[in-house]
Amino acid sequence: MVYLTRKAEFSASHYYHNPEFTPEENQRIFGKCNNPHGHGHNYTLEVTVKGQVDQRSGFVVDLKELKEIMKREVIDAMDHRFLNKEVTDFKDRIPTTENLAISIWSRLRTKLNLAELHRVRVYETPDLFVDYYGEA
Amino acid sequence: MKAYLTRRYWFSASHRLHNDSMSAEENRAVYGKCNNPHGHGHNYALEVTVSGQVDQRTGMICNLLDLDSFVNEKILERFGHQNLNILAEFQEIVPTTENLCVEIFEVLKKDFHHAHVDKVRIEETMLNSFEYAGGGAIRY
Repeated sequence: MVYLTRKAEFSASHYYHNPEFTPEENQRIFGKCNNPHGHGHNYTLEVTVKGQVDQRSGFVVDLKELKEIMKREVIDAMDHRFLNKEVTDFKDRIPTTENLAISIWSRLRTKLNLAELHRVRVYETPDLFVDYYGEA
Repeated sequence: MKAYLTRRYWFSASHRLHNDSMSAEENRAVYGKCNNPHGHGHNYALEVTVSGQVDQRTGMICNLLDLDSFVNEKILERFGHQNLNILAEFQEIVPTTENLCVEIFEVLKKDFHHAHVDKVRIEETMLNSFEYAGGGAIRY
């Protein structure tokens, strides 16, 4: 089994707010991230896939294809977007880094048929990242 | 859904690697330059990994403010700009980064209850790093 990781970058804005909470609760729980006008990050996405090395190609996965899927499913949908307002995944879910990793996992999982998705890692900043392995 | 969150922090400290139960020659042989009696320092990068179910109401494993304030108070203020050798934690054990990793993991494990503490990783320099997961498997 060999693991392959591909990175991509995108920039997007978001804010944290749960309409079921009072304004005070939202402020207390989410702090500065509750600013309704949003704020942004340069996100780095790492997608790790695993599989046997194909004897003929020497590849675990066709990197070209992985790159295209990541671009189509994630970057085109999220880059330079206001996640709360423009990405349907976050209509009823707060676009935290945790939920972003889960959402990217479900966008990619069904599209990857050549190799198995192992991990989605999303860096919100160089000092904060979330890993999701598809666990319930 | 279960996810893992890693937060990175920085602190600077000095240490000297020396074991009183070894002879001076042995200490020099084992620890080399790190045995310099005056000590030397590092900028340590500390990574703390916690895991748990993502709370549907907040979208979070745990509130980052809770993790940050715990690490600031119990770890960065304790070890930052200190000579590790004079701290109570390192009177019986040598303040290698292996031991520092275990010590910090135990502090988190004992008193941080907002999420499951999975792993502590410390970069002593850009070329050396150490990881401890309390004996559990380390997941990549």
